[in-house]
Amino acid sequence: MEGTTLLEVRGVSRSFGERQVLTDVTFDVRPGRLTGFVGGNGAGKTTTMRIILGVLSADAGTVLLDGEALEPDDRRRFGYMPEERGLYPKMKVAEHLVYLARLHGLAPAAAKRNADDLLDQLGLGDRAGDTVESLSLGNQQRAQIAAALVHDPEVLVLDEPFSGLDPIAVETVLNVLKSRAAAGAPVLFSSHQLDIVERLCDDLVVIADGSIRATGSREGLRDEHSGQRYELVVAGDAGWVRDMPHVSIVEFSGGHAVFDVPSPPDAQAVLREAISAGPVTSFQRRQPSLAQIFREVIQ
Amino acid sequence: MSTTIFAPATRHSNHLPKLPASQVVRLVAGREVTARLRSKSFLISTGVLLLIVLASIVVGAVASANADLTKVAIQRSVINALPDMSGFDQTLVDEVSEVEELVREGEVDAGIVSNSEVSPLGITVIGLDAASADVVAQLSVAPDVRILEPAEQDPFLAYLVALGFGLVFFLSSITFGSTIAQSVVEEKQTRIVEILLATISARLLLAGKVVGNSVLAFGQTLLIALVASIGLLVTGQNVVLGQVGPAAAWFVVFFAFGFVLLAAMFAAAASLVSRQEDLGAVISPVTTLVMVPYFAVIFFNDNPTVLAIMSYIPFSAPVGMPMRLFLGDAQWWEPLLSLALLAVSTVFVIVIGARIYSNALLRTGTRVKLADALRG
Repeated sequence: MEGTTLLEVRGVSRSFGERQVLTDVTFDVRPGRLTGFVGGNGAGKTTTMRIILGVLSADAGTVLLDGEALEPDDRRRFGYMPEERGLYPKMKVAEHLVYLARLHGLAPAAAKRNADDLLDQLGLGDRAGDTVESLSLGNQQRAQIAAALVHDPEVLVLDEPFSGLDPIAVETVLNVLKSRAAAGAPVLFSSHQLDIVERLCDDLVVIADGSIRATGSREGLRDEHSGQRYELVVAGDAGWVRDMPHVSIVEFSGGHAVFDVPSPPDAQAVLREAISAGPVTSFQRRQPSLAQIFREVIQ
Repeated sequence: MSTTIFAPATRHSNHLPKLPASQVVRLVAGREVTARLRSKSFLISTGVLLLIVLASIVVGAVASANADLTKVAIQRSVINALPDMSGFDQTLVDEVSEVEELVREGEVDAGIVSNSEVSPLGITVIGLDAASADVVAQLSVAPDVRILEPAEQDPFLAYLVALGFGLVFFLSSITFGSTIAQSVVEEKQTRIVEILLATISARLLLAGKVVGNSVLAFGQTLLIALVASIGLLVTGQNVVLGQVGPAAAWFVVFFAFGFVLLAAMFAAAASLVSRQEDLGAVISPVTTLVMVPYFAVIFFNDNPTVLAIMSYIPFSAPVGMPMRLFLGDAQWWEPLLSLALLAVSTVFVIVIGARIYSNALLRTGTRVKLADALRG
């Protein structure tokens, strides 16, 4: 894959009975990037993912892959991890993976090879012959991830892939996802653990009440949602900042000041003043955390 | 993944080759069969069923070999004067008094002693309160007999055959019907169904499950038929086999269609619930449909009208039509017409069943209403 596969969700709406669950949902999942899909419980993440996978139908709108509407057969190119985890409890782990790979169209030999490789990567190599039900919960999670990847999918859609994983497993899974993205696959994953999303994802899609509230790269969104709040740390006393024009102080203690200004030039004026007054330890624009952006956009 | 080799990601050069529907069905069916063959309870119940069939044949052979023969005490001096008496259970004694004693004690049904004075045959048949008709007939000269309207099958054999068809249909349908129902709910309960549906269509999944379980049910029925045939041959009941054989062959054909119809109904019913505990309530209407023909054929196997109706209703045709063929009541075209009706109903039920199944599969939690599942 040369990193050209683009997944587009265009104007998707869906209601269950009287309840409108998705309204005109539009966003892209770009190739080679980890896209975090963020929203509260019941915001519509799972419904959107199910529609992408064709498990649910949309009332309106389309899902495009490389600019063309998805057909049922294209879904075999997707790796999907549903929110509700599940494998056949009585099947052996390796056998189960081979079965799923073959349902996706892989030849028996390739299916076997992929299953073995993945189990090794995920640290389950020695459990290949055990039944799924005999695995611990954490290992079942890993097997579930293997199930989403075993057919070499070109697009990954993972619903809460990190929930229920211990920190080591999170790293293992993350490495696997990153290598898939590095190979050019668009990767969409949902999470309500904002700290994980903040650390991992390249792009963000924020959904609330069934409609998209924000999309874009992580840095771009941060820039967009940064106010004109700055933080200044100087060696001496910074009391003079209070007397600067247009500045309103948020926090102040000795050489440390946090302040708001109406526009960037006002902040630059403060910086110039600080340099002329003495050594400046740091001066930066305050970047909002993802949690802050999230709170802001879902209101 | 380091070993992954991706094909160039142009839209139509997918590295996954197109997967034909038949192969999907084969994969799903294969998993169903393997899962069942690995289950100890399935293997044990099949073994027990075969043992019951074999045992009933052996018991039947032993009973008919011993119980039916009339017991006769014969005075040794007349034995050479008698015609072939091999159809009787014979006891040879020397004195007339010994014969009389055996008859009085009820040890034998009749006695044959020498009496050249009264009888032109030179023998006398002794009975306790009446002469044994079998013995008298055997010793008499019978006129030529021509029967214009041959009687139907022996009613007792007819009853046994009805019981056999009814029982095999009933047991197989219930066993494999519940198996497919449980397997549908297992997929819902464990949520694997969402992964499956993101990969293959609900129709193909349903088709694979029905095919897999039908193959098992059909295989088990064939195995029973085989064991029964071998049992009948080995125990020398070739006559029974000759009489039942053609009807049994029809039964197997009808069963194949009938089971697919029931399997689709079991699967559709099961897809309405998400937990094994709720399964009983939704499949009981289907179970009733299976039980009705079973009881009907046992109670009405001597009632041509009821059998004729049964032989055309799709749910009971697999039992009713072979029964009529066995009794010789059906015209040659009747099984073909009934089979056509059954096949059409099967297709119809599969289409409706697939609709319910597709619509209900992803609705977990409370039981899905049938009307909602039909509407989608």
